[in-house]
Amino acid sequence: MSDIVAPRRVVAWSAAVLIALALLPFIVPAYQTVLLSYGLIFAIAALGFNLLLGYTGLLSFGHSAYFGVGAYAVAFVVKYARIDSMEVFLLAGIAGSALVAALFGVLCVRYTRIFFGILTMALSQVLWSLAFKFFWVTGGSDGLRVPTPTLLGGLVRMPTGASEDKLGFLSHHYYYYVLALFALAVALMWVIVHSPFGKALQAIRDNETRAEFVGVQVWHYRWVAFLISGIYTGLAGALWVPLNGLTTPDILHWTFSGKIVFFTVLGGFQTFFGPIVGAVIFNYLETYAVGNTVYWQMVLGVVLVVLVLALPAGIVGTALRLWPRSRKVAVS
Amino acid sequence: MDILLIHLLNALLYASVLFLIAGGLSLIYGVMRIVNLAHGNLYAFGAYVTAWAIGRIIGAGPEASIALYALLPVGALAAGALGAVIEPTLLRPLYNRAEEYQLLITFGLLLILEDLMRLLWGPYPLSVSALYEALGSLHIGESIYPTYNLLVIVIGGVAAAGIWAFVYRTQFGVVLRATSQNMRMASALGVNVNRVYVEAFSLGCFMAGLGGAVVVPQQGAVLGMGVDALILAFVVVVIGGLGSLEGALVGALLVGIVRELGITFFPEIELAVLYLMAAIVLLIRPAGLFGRA
Repeated sequence: MSDIVAPRRVVAWSAAVLIALALLPFIVPAYQTVLLSYGLIFAIAALGFNLLLGYTGLLSFGHSAYFGVGAYAVAFVVKYARIDSMEVFLLAGIAGSALVAALFGVLCVRYTRIFFGILTMALSQVLWSLAFKFFWVTGGSDGLRVPTPTLLGGLVRMPTGASEDKLGFLSHHYYYYVLALFALAVALMWVIVHSPFGKALQAIRDNETRAEFVGVQVWHYRWVAFLISGIYTGLAGALWVPLNGLTTPDILHWTFSGKIVFFTVLGGFQTFFGPIVGAVIFNYLETYAVGNTVYWQMVLGVVLVVLVLALPAGIVGTALRLWPRSRKVAVS
Repeated sequence: MDILLIHLLNALLYASVLFLIAGGLSLIYGVMRIVNLAHGNLYAFGAYVTAWAIGRIIGAGPEASIALYALLPVGALAAGALGAVIEPTLLRPLYNRAEEYQLLITFGLLLILEDLMRLLWGPYPLSVSALYEALGSLHIGESIYPTYNLLVIVIGGVAAAGIWAFVYRTQFGVVLRATSQNMRMASALGVNVNRVYVEAFSLGCFMAGLGGAVVVPQQGAVLGMGVDALILAFVVVVIGGLGSLEGALVGALLVGIVRELGITFFPEIELAVLYLMAAIVLLIRPAGLFGRA
């Protein structure tokens, strides 16, 4: 139990990074802050995803489902209830993704390895095809628009009228909102993976039979991990959609699940902080690749292939091998 | 009655192409235990190469002669050759690693191939509809039906029979099945497993490429066709059983029929029903209808 409280070194480093991130909007252009917001949001999704891959040993190829449900839940709140409160958005996103993850989880956690991957993928594709075809509900391939929300129960809202400044709002108020939730999500995930529950997941990952033998209810633990993982990804989806202003079926497609896998492996799924680093870096990589060449998919593909062949431990994992002293900070 | 026959032919047409793609995917999984996420792109590659090659020849002379049909397999050969390059360079280093990495590298390959086709043939669709139209159409009762579709069905049937004969009636087939059942034992008995792997992978890619080649006169080659095809091929192999050729055939027929019914009776949930079918089969029989656990 004692290591639930993070070592002082980790706390110190995290605080320093957090302060640096908090000062960023005063230093860099607004566009960069918005870009980083995307990265932090993807990092929340990656954290949730890695609870399954890194800690439970299950490779999901269907996490687009929970990201998409989080985003579409927000869009439905806007479309049908005409609410623009971010807190309601988050509740809707979390509730929606929790519901879907709970249901899909029951079906999926009976399987492992490739069957788990394909089953999660097939189920996520069901949602994609529904979002694609039921255009009178979901807007089809045009998607649904989501306006800039009000934050903290309407206390913070975008200045309207002549001085309307969406970019300013997103790069300051909304950035801090995302940053706060990101910090909360990281801290909570730290507690989860270092709790007895998290240890049980790792035991299941390392040896399922043995874990079962010492009395761990494998099925139940996997389901709870699946649920938490889905909720994290759904939260990310709910945070993403006001920033993007639009949700389309693309984020439900299995190739988006592939991206979630990609940035988790890019950072290194065997470490706690790897997926966070991977998500933020992937976001920059993708944005600059898309901005500079029409062949951005090829750039990403080559990065992934090189990564798998040469650096399977990911960025953080490789850094740890090169500078063993930093190990104490970054390893789970 | 005629309508029913046309629906049946459409289902068979769709099943033929799906069998070619899914059969290749299943063959590769059966022998090498690799789920190739880039498989759909090899199908698209076959379509592009065929469209390009035939397009060049039609561009040179306006005669769309019968000889052009003999050029259809060009795409399949190209896809097979591409497979023979991919396996030793990208997949072979990964056989000793966790299967997550194999999935990831084929996902990377998917991204690369997608853009490679954009680079080689540009963002606009390629079509060779001349081949489709040249065969004309025939009358079924009151309705007319394109003759080319029948050709695709025949090719699908011949390919299924050919693959069956190849796997179950040739020396190479014996080696292939032995490797699939127990790679170590086969290796110990003197089978060159590396060679079998290259050949199996190329053969799987060849089938996907052939699927693309026969479909291209009818639908043209467009970017993104591979990703869509892959997921349907997945549905087929999951229903039939990963690694089973009989399963791929039955799965393709089932999916072909359900899809034809879906387009007619429940177009909104046609795709969802297919994915749900796959999910349900996985839940009830994870190894698929014909798979070995």
